[in-house]
Amino acid sequence: MALYDTRRARNKLAVGLAIAATLFGLAWLVLILAVLLWEGFSGLSLRVFTEMTPPPGAAGGLLNPIMGSLIMTVIAVVIGTPLGMLAGTYMAEYGRYDKLTAVVRFINDILLSAPSIVVGLFVYEIVVAQMGHFSGWAGAIALAVIVVPVVVRTTEDMLTLVPDTLREAAASIGLPRSLMIKKVAYRAARAGMVTGVLLAVARISGETAPLLFTALNNQFWSMNMNAPVASLPVVIFQFALSPYKDWQELAWTGALIITLAVLALSITARSLAAQRKS
Amino acid sequence: MVDVALQGGAASVAQQVDRAKVLQRLRMSDAVFRGLTRAAAITVLIILSGIIISLVYGSWPALRAFGLTFLVDESWNPVTERFGAIAPIYGTIVTSVIAMLIAVPVGLFIAMFLTELCPMWLRRPIGIAIELLAGIPSIIYGIWGLFVFAPFLQQYVQPFLIEVFGNVPVLSTLFAGPPYGIGVLTAGLILAIMVLPFITSISRDVFEAVPPVLKEAAYGLGCTTWEVARYVVLPYTRVGVIGGVMLGLGRALGETMAVTFVIGNAHHISGSILAPGTTISATIANEFTEAVGDLYTSSLIALGLILFVITFIVLAFARLMLMRLNAKVGG
Repeated sequence: MALYDTRRARNKLAVGLAIAATLFGLAWLVLILAVLLWEGFSGLSLRVFTEMTPPPGAAGGLLNPIMGSLIMTVIAVVIGTPLGMLAGTYMAEYGRYDKLTAVVRFINDILLSAPSIVVGLFVYEIVVAQMGHFSGWAGAIALAVIVVPVVVRTTEDMLTLVPDTLREAAASIGLPRSLMIKKVAYRAARAGMVTGVLLAVARISGETAPLLFTALNNQFWSMNMNAPVASLPVVIFQFALSPYKDWQELAWTGALIITLAVLALSITARSLAAQRKS
Repeated sequence: MVDVALQGGAASVAQQVDRAKVLQRLRMSDAVFRGLTRAAAITVLIILSGIIISLVYGSWPALRAFGLTFLVDESWNPVTERFGAIAPIYGTIVTSVIAMLIAVPVGLFIAMFLTELCPMWLRRPIGIAIELLAGIPSIIYGIWGLFVFAPFLQQYVQPFLIEVFGNVPVLSTLFAGPPYGIGVLTAGLILAIMVLPFITSISRDVFEAVPPVLKEAAYGLGCTTWEVARYVVLPYTRVGVIGGVMLGLGRALGETMAVTFVIGNAHHISGSILAPGTTISATIANEFTEAVGDLYTSSLIALGLILFVITFIVLAFARLMLMRLNAKVGG
């Protein structure tokens, strides 16, 4: 009977711990989002989207970093997505059982979680050091290096899910392989591949470390990609660590904008993926 | 008749030529597309080797100047140009260890809750919430840690720790010094919150892969939920759980922004986890754009190389573990 009681007590303890752990995990999400919404919304106004970053002690907005982030993200996606999709296509279609594919998959998985600051150092070495100055291009390239593994992974996964009978049907009417991939496999996997791109955008829109010493920062309006460009995460970093109240407030507002964008992107991606399943 | 036959013959010849042309073109485009995709796949390898080569090349001056003492030297002095990596390496490891000590048990318990205890209708919302936590950019954790979490620790938690452990031998050095708020402990706690969702979602996925028959057999013998989780689910999924933990560790080691905000950036090793310290990534993030002189820059890149080597080993180990698990499930 004693054994029975200890077992029951132990089980109760474990169940209690499991529930407590879950509440603990969820509490952080609530705490972080609550503070973010509170601090962010108090500084949110139209001015944030229409004015430049201010000097200390003055009012201003976040127009130039928002634009800089958007432009660099677009360029990074334009460079990274085709590269990642083609690589994923090779891995799922042409070389599914290749040695090369196994190696690329392994390396890609490591790149997927490699520290992003190392990517920044890499791009600093090959772009910034060669050009002799920081530039928006360098920032966009650094972000593209982060996009590629995400897209490779999802493309390969989604194409692998396409049933082989579809491929065989296409082959049986004489479609060459490249056309089969473009007209059949891509279409069947389209929702999943779009999800991958959305996830990649969500990933890079909050990335700060690789931009610190590639795109650097810019206090002024600049659409010149050959010069330093401001970006939202870097401005948040700079402003949050500054002693000025106005800057700190703008940092919170910027943080809110990024978080809402990232959450919206990942929820969209999730619902797209769920749609495909049903 | 003859005419018709002739015409028919001419037409079919022309058709065949057309056909051959089309086929030729299709073969051509097929080969081009195949080559293109192959080249893209190889580009992934080129990116990785490019990262390694550029880091080695960039850190060469520092490695030549300091040699292996770089790894064990504690000084970090831009004025005398003497640099050593041991303080950032120490900070990186200590913050990650604190993070894992908290995140691994909590993550495993959440995964157990989600797979064994949670009512069906609640599973998806909680799963999504945990994954949203993973999606929040690290800079958000940083700004939150600096303005909300660090002051909270400074006011309530750290004085308590100092008071409780102040007179206990060994532990008193661990919790020595004034409560700064920012420091190694704060950075470790923030990292724990950040890696928690990774460990949770991978553990949940591998727990779900346990064949129901095994669990039902154990329940049938009269096992409690805890006993099933501890003696059936966990042993069965050990490899996957280790893989997930290593993946989380890889994240914690390389995490930059969240740590940079709250670690205090002090280049010395302190026995107290309440003291400010630094990590490899925080050092690079804080100092790289301000580094003057080749040796300074090169030393920072050498730090990056060390970080990359450490995370590469950890992540490679994680992937090998998860691959072994997939092979087991597949076969």
